[in-house]
Amino acid sequence: MALDLAAGATLSSASWRRFTRNRMALIGLIMLVTTVLVAIFAPLIAPYNPYEPVRVTIDDIYARPSISHLLGTDDAGKDVFSSFIYGSRVSLIVGFFASFISIAIGGLIGIVAGFYGGRVENTLMRFTDIMLVIPDLPLAVVLVALTKPSLFNIIFVIGILGWTGTARLVRAQTLAVKQRKFVLRARAIGAGNWHIIRHHIFPLVLPLIVVNTVLVISLAILNESALSFLGLSDPTTLSWGQMLNFAFTRGAMSSGAWWALVTPGFGIVWLVLACTLLGQGMERVLNPRLELHHLSAVTPTPTAETL
Amino acid sequence: MLNFFALKKIGWAIFTVLFVIVLNFFLFRILPGDPARAGIRDPRLTQEAQQQIRERFGLDKPVINCFESLNPPRLGSCAINPLQTQFFVYIKNLLSGELGISYHTNRPVFDMLRERLWNTVLLIGAGQILSIIVGMALGIVAAWRARTAIDYSALIGSLTAWSLPTFWLGIILLFWGSHNLSLPVGGKLTPGASFPNSWGYVHDALLHMLLPTLTYTIIFVGEYMLIMRSTLLDVLSEDYILTAKAKGLKTFQILKDHALQNAMLPMVTIIALNLGFTVAGAIQIETVFSWPGLGGAIFEAVGRRDYPMLQGAFLLIAVAVVFANLLAELLYSYLDPRIRTET
Repeated sequence: MALDLAAGATLSSASWRRFTRNRMALIGLIMLVTTVLVAIFAPLIAPYNPYEPVRVTIDDIYARPSISHLLGTDDAGKDVFSSFIYGSRVSLIVGFFASFISIAIGGLIGIVAGFYGGRVENTLMRFTDIMLVIPDLPLAVVLVALTKPSLFNIIFVIGILGWTGTARLVRAQTLAVKQRKFVLRARAIGAGNWHIIRHHIFPLVLPLIVVNTVLVISLAILNESALSFLGLSDPTTLSWGQMLNFAFTRGAMSSGAWWALVTPGFGIVWLVLACTLLGQGMERVLNPRLELHHLSAVTPTPTAETL
Repeated sequence: MLNFFALKKIGWAIFTVLFVIVLNFFLFRILPGDPARAGIRDPRLTQEAQQQIRERFGLDKPVINCFESLNPPRLGSCAINPLQTQFFVYIKNLLSGELGISYHTNRPVFDMLRERLWNTVLLIGAGQILSIIVGMALGIVAAWRARTAIDYSALIGSLTAWSLPTFWLGIILLFWGSHNLSLPVGGKLTPGASFPNSWGYVHDALLHMLLPTLTYTIIFVGEYMLIMRSTLLDVLSEDYILTAKAKGLKTFQILKDHALQNAMLPMVTIIALNLGFTVAGAIQIETVFSWPGLGGAIFEAVGRRDYPMLQGAFLLIAVAVVFANLLAELLYSYLDPRIRTET
């Protein structure tokens, strides 16, 4: 996968214009920004505070959607809509912080491997290959199960397992940039490795890293929801995966309480789709020449741009 | 040449398996909770059973040379016989298929996993075959009708399917299927049911498999479709396709006779890359549908703090994925001879 970005493909005004014309990226961005706003202003939007204990009667358990509870109540008689609003916070926090760890590790390994080459590259990429083959989720389950299930542990585990794809992409890009004339010239006039990496390689690898980050975030969010659903999250922090875990294991299926099952999942799909659309769109904006990607089936015609 | 390539790949697969084995040993001894030792103090086990397990798994021995224990970290003598360490006993037990005793059932983990392995293979196999067939078919249609409404809706559908959490899709399908179609709520067969003939058995099994397989298919079909579509479009822009067009061949015929074979290679790659995700899918789907497979075993082991089972299931899953991956790589080199000459 030799991804050769167009020279100077940074977030300039030209790419911003291309960005706004790309409907896919724009929709993704709007969806993501909405979610971030909802998460920040959760206390203003949510009619109830889901962290506050409530006094309930039997009728409040899995109550149907009504005026007082727009999306019904859950197994503990709490308002599903409020929990749904607050749940966005955990997904976003895990998504951003876990992918930050992944990107940092993957970016570092990729740049070092691509730049230094030789035995360093061989060792690093072999290690990457090994980590790529070992299935993520089972390992994550084992790691979280053996440590205390806390938000920090989940972020850490997802972060240290999600870097392999980034390392490979960044290495390929570094290899391509390293061969550019300006890098060779900089070396010829005596620039050191660190200088070349910082001033010549990194700026050209960065756009790729940014695009990749958005896709890594969506994977991190999916992984967090799966771990929480499997009952591996801190029971005191509210997340969409955990809402589903409670609903599924505490009788929402047999009570026919579809609102407790559909709502949290909708949040996950919304957020992951936002990141996917944004990532795919940005990929095209930052590199119009990039026509093929693992997930993006972009056709080499201008009509695809308008999608 | 093939032999060298194959040997190298096999060598790396073995190295990876060794890495997993070592990782599996240390994970369960370094991390907090120290399950390896804590487990034998499980109140569910009798005194004799605890002593027996301690001897069988060498838990009274130092973990490894120089370390009496890793959690809490305690240094020990480095001058002991390596054969007298927990690590050696662990390797020796592994070689004889000894993975430990389940805390929950008091049965050997290996026997329990063996029963479950085939259920997972059955589920993943059915789901993968279906999603590959459907995904390829949809991809061909989308490429054939590129840049039409059909193409765009297939594209959007795939992206959405990719964004679905596997377990949630399973829950929704299960909710819908059990309430509206009165499909079974989980498991592999109706418990306690007796079947008058083999047809009744097959019918019951198929009904139980329907929803899990459907979940699998929907999760993976989107990616296969996208790959098929983009490779086909890629191939279709080649010169020899233009030649075929110039000869007056119909689009469908070009697809069938010229483009499809060349689009197979990326498909094999992506199927291999997906192996890890299929396992992730298995854990979620088996949990939702109470399917008695390896993924379900992991979930149950976590809930019951059944560490030997968790350790064994993880090891088996990781090793299976490594070998499936190796198989895919060898298949790939067989399909594309160019790979073999690269080093």
